[in-house]
Amino acid sequence: MIRTENLNHTYDGNNTINFPDINLGKGEKMLLLGQSGCGKTTLLHLLGGLMQAKKGDITIGETRISGLSQSGLDKFRGKHIGIIFQKPHFVSALTVMENLLLTQKLGGLKSNKSEIKGLLEKLNIGHKSNSKTKNLSQGEQQRVAIARALVNQPDVILADEPTSALDDKNTEEVIALLEQQAAEYNATLIIVTHDNRLKERFQNRIEL
Amino acid sequence: MSLLLLSWKNLMADKLSTLLSLILFALGVGLISLILLLNHQVEDKFEKNLAGIDLVVGAKGSPLQIILCSIFHIDFPTGNIPLKQANGLKRHPLVEKAIDLSLGDSYKGYRIVGTTPDYVNLYEGKIKEGKLWENTFDVTLGSTVAKNLELKIGDTFHGSHGYAEGMEHDEMDPFKVVGILEPNGAVLDQLILTNKESVWAVHDTHGTDPDSISIDDREITSMFLFFRNRMGNVQLPRMINENTDMQAASPAFEMARLYNMMGQGENLLKLLAIIIMVVSALSIFISLFKSLRSRKYELALMRVSGATPAWLFLLIILEGLIIAILGYVIGMILSHGGMELLSGYLTEEYRYEFTGWIFLKQEYIMFFVAIGIGLLAAIIPAILAFRTNISETLSEG
Repeated sequence: MIRTENLNHTYDGNNTINFPDINLGKGEKMLLLGQSGCGKTTLLHLLGGLMQAKKGDITIGETRISGLSQSGLDKFRGKHIGIIFQKPHFVSALTVMENLLLTQKLGGLKSNKSEIKGLLEKLNIGHKSNSKTKNLSQGEQQRVAIARALVNQPDVILADEPTSALDDKNTEEVIALLEQQAAEYNATLIIVTHDNRLKERFQNRIEL
Repeated sequence: MSLLLLSWKNLMADKLSTLLSLILFALGVGLISLILLLNHQVEDKFEKNLAGIDLVVGAKGSPLQIILCSIFHIDFPTGNIPLKQANGLKRHPLVEKAIDLSLGDSYKGYRIVGTTPDYVNLYEGKIKEGKLWENTFDVTLGSTVAKNLELKIGDTFHGSHGYAEGMEHDEMDPFKVVGILEPNGAVLDQLILTNKESVWAVHDTHGTDPDSISIDDREITSMFLFFRNRMGNVQLPRMINENTDMQAASPAFEMARLYNMMGQGENLLKLLAIIIMVVSALSIFISLFKSLRSRKYELALMRVSGATPAWLFLLIILEGLIIAILGYVIGMILSHGGMELLSGYLTEEYRYEFTGWIFLKQEYIMFFVAIGIGLLAAIIPAILAFRTNISETLSEG
């Protein structure tokens, strides 16, 4: 489902990082481990199409995203890739429900409130759907971020340090939900982290 | 969640700055529109009331005062002129037509004008009920007078001396309403019309026997002159001012002077309105710029979710446009509503009717200017939004 070949990135013209090749099938999951500054986030941004790769190939499904134009990448990303960031940010003027409706729209999908409602229920935040995101706790916000990553039923879910701001109890819950939902949608899941609490849960690990 | 709705929600998320921008924009638009409305209606009334009068002749004094008093019935007379001299002017070969006016009395704030039916014809006044005055003490009422004083045909009243209430000529025969004019938008609406003899009769009672005054000793307040050709405008004013005790006042010249004087104040107000508009554009710009900085993650996230740069650009532009359009609408409501409120006061003060329910061509043009200002204020923030670098922005936070 997601495959990289000879991917590397050059910072400021001289500092080059070569990334190991990745090859994951549908529904598979993987942990990308590494200390700060080792290029984890860069790799995630490359995989997520937030940055255009200068060298090497990234293929998601049948699409070679390293060959897409900027606008092609925007469209592809909205529909096929769900990304969860370390610190959850939302459109602060909107409620949880409205944020997710916007995500559906931007992904080119039809608005489907009942589907969002169902997803929020599964993530145990159904009662928060009409709250403004800034009034939620960290754990709740991260769940909404998961909901946003999942709402368009993407092929690939990328998570960048999703648990670093959470306590043990929330970390456990959030990761469990993330795995569970990714499995339900049969999406490929890649988690980038330096959080040792997660190591035990994943067999498939790459150290950068 | 449409683009427009999202723009609106973003604006509503920071109600205070949105309100400030809106108020400033509406004030600027409203002030300009109010100036235009007032200007248009004052000039419109003035033009209508000038009715092609070439020259007004009155007693020596301020020519502007003669015009304001005789044509617009705003100011007080400069005095009276002898009827004999006035009649002499009427025989001048360049004079085609003349209309006499005798002022001096009023009834409940409305002026009683002694004149001839020519005065009604000058403004194309039409009879709605009854007839024009025929005998002494017959009066024909302008429509506003009849309406506001609730006078009907056959009603009688005593006029009071001068233009304030309280000095009624109680000892005299009362005026009797014989006719009411249709509303026609000119000064006629505000007047009580009768013949010159009625005005004379009222004032003769102050101890003199009416029959003892010969026609040669009669006076009138002023006289409108209409010339056969433009030579009249060249010759007569000088002749009157130099050779008689009378004062000639040219409506065209005096009105130009008046507009010029009003124009100074008007320009100052316009300048003020433009400054407010500039400040409001700045306020839109600053609040968009500020909110953009605190929303940069949001913008990057929307890009992550599939928004194109053009979409973000439009989002910000729409925020500017919404303020501009709403500000324009609120400004229009303020100016037209304000004009309608003001019209009550203006009518009372100047006995002219104004309305808030007209829309001028310049106001349509202002709509496009408003949109232009909204665009201008939003364009730089919108370009910044367009250029959002997702990866960099997200790595920062």
